Amino acid sequence: MTGHDAVFLLVALFTGGAALLTVTSKNLFHAALFLAATLAGIAGVFLVLRADFLALVQLVVYVGAVAVLFLFGLMVTRAPIGREALDGQNRGLALAVSGTLFVVLSGLIIQSFGGVRAAEVTGPGIREIGIAIFAHWVLPFELLSMLLLAALIGAILLARRESGESGEESVERRIDFGDEPSTEAGAQALPAADTAGELPAGEPVAGGER
Amino acid sequence: MTDLVLEQAVTFAAQSASLLTFDSFLLSVAAKIAFALGLFFVVPLVGGYMEHKVMARMQHRRGPVEAGPFGSLQLVADGIKFIQKEDIIPRAADKWVFAAAPGVALVPGMLIFLVIPLGPGVFALDLELGLFYALAISSISVLGILMGGWASANKFSLIGGLRAGGQLIAYELPLILAAITVAVQAQTLSLVGIVEAQSTFMLPGTDINVWFVFPQIIGFGIFFIAAMAELSRPPFDMPIADSELVFGYMTEYTGIKFAMFLLTEYGGMIIMSALMVVLYLGGWQLLPGVPLPGCDGAGGLFDCGWLGTLAGVGITLGKIMALVFVMVWLRVAYPRLREDQLQRMAWIVLVPLALLNLAVVTVAKVVF
Repeated sequence: MTGHDAVFLLVALFTGGAALLTVTSKNLFHAALFLAATLAGIAGVFLVLRADFLALVQLVVYVGAVAVLFLFGLMVTRAPIGREALDGQNRGLALAVSGTLFVVLSGLIIQSFGGVRAAEVTGPGIREIGIAIFAHWVLPFELLSMLLLAALIGAILLARRESGESGEESVERRIDFGDEPSTEAGAQALPAADTAGELPAGEPVAGGER
Repeated sequence: MTDLVLEQAVTFAAQSASLLTFDSFLLSVAAKIAFALGLFFVVPLVGGYMEHKVMARMQHRRGPVEAGPFGSLQLVADGIKFIQKEDIIPRAADKWVFAAAPGVALVPGMLIFLVIPLGPGVFALDLELGLFYALAISSISVLGILMGGWASANKFSLIGGLRAGGQLIAYELPLILAAITVAVQAQTLSLVGIVEAQSTFMLPGTDINVWFVFPQIIGFGIFFIAAMAELSRPPFDMPIADSELVFGYMTEYTGIKFAMFLLTEYGGMIIMSALMVVLYLGGWQLLPGVPLPGCDGAGGLFDCGWLGTLAGVGITLGKIMALVFVMVWLRVAYPRLREDQLQRMAWIVLVPLALLNLAVVTVAKVVF
């Protein structure tokens, strides 16, 4: 066992432990924090395997954006503040899915990289990665970004529908760069009766509440 | 094991040699860590002292005068006071998350000082991915702020944390886009490489050497505004907003933990200023096209004697302090933005402008 293996083992234990705590933690916020630790641990694994660019991408995308977005979302929803606990009811299903995934993925990885010694791996430099993405693989890359963009726009559309009225643009007072009064009294002064006629019958009028 | 780690460090790092690299591996590591920690604990205090004094003078006060010569040890005295204060944890708070939050916010700042170049050879590491490293690591400290805001079990803290999260996510985009534009023009992500690229960049068609701030004045503006917002400093201090949120996510923090949040802010000021100096203001070059005394490397910036090295460090620190001065000046001069104005400014003004800037610079780079 070389020093490289020892470092890898430590990072892997940290990552695995954090992952285990993510799913066993009873508190939603703690679970999200352990998830952030797991993702950071995976960045550490990449670093040990000399994929430095991948490690930094992992940090900025998953720890800096995804995990932060989770926490942000939890704070907006009614997740309990402080030490209260929640519990999910899907243990069996989750165990089956993740177990299958683990077996399939580890089988594939061992089949592909089983003979390669981790200490001998050297990653390509940032120049080679850049040329590969933007010269040889530019079409798949752009297709993927289109896919992400479509998902993004779809998510925005879905979120807006749920809060507005059957997809129709609701009347709201847009507050510009300090031009108009931003007080609640100013928003309520908007006559709700004007908008009622234009909306489909039976829909509650939301204009005054905003 | 030492050999192996050393070999790995060589493939991961070391584009150009650091003065702190010695024959002994452990000695090099110790020297580099000491360098980064020393920077982190000393330079922000100087910035903080300057903020005290500059703000006071602009408001016709005298600022700190008693502690040390001209009150220069005021922040050290403050630090000693913070250590002595009682460490209060609210009963409803989530103890571990509450305690860990200031650390999670603080440590990324220390790590960034590893890659910031202060002068010829005066840096701990020159990573091939230096700029990306700095931006990636700095995006982690939001986590600490959200943790603090949530774990305090206080509605003001929660709202402060929420505002901080929204603001930091929004302004990270223009910040990164502006930095990418510099990397495109410099053709490298290494911070030392970007300084070198500025010393050899000529205006197209002439042989006048200029820094990147001239072709990228828009990018510099975007980076500066976004950096101020990332630091949650006035006029972008909605997450703290002492007149409405008590003290935002820091409301429940006392003593040394509060001091850690404070140090994170001052350290962040130095880091952002240092990044601006490296990306836009020519690093340790005194004036565009003027080589340092005793330097004969590329652009008169490398292979210096001790005089050139010292001059380089002095010039970088001087530029950093000048930028900190401007930040303090803006703090005194402008009122706080409203939350919706802040978000609109990031998403509707800064992000499209940064994208446009990136497109223009990329086209110009191919044409010239």
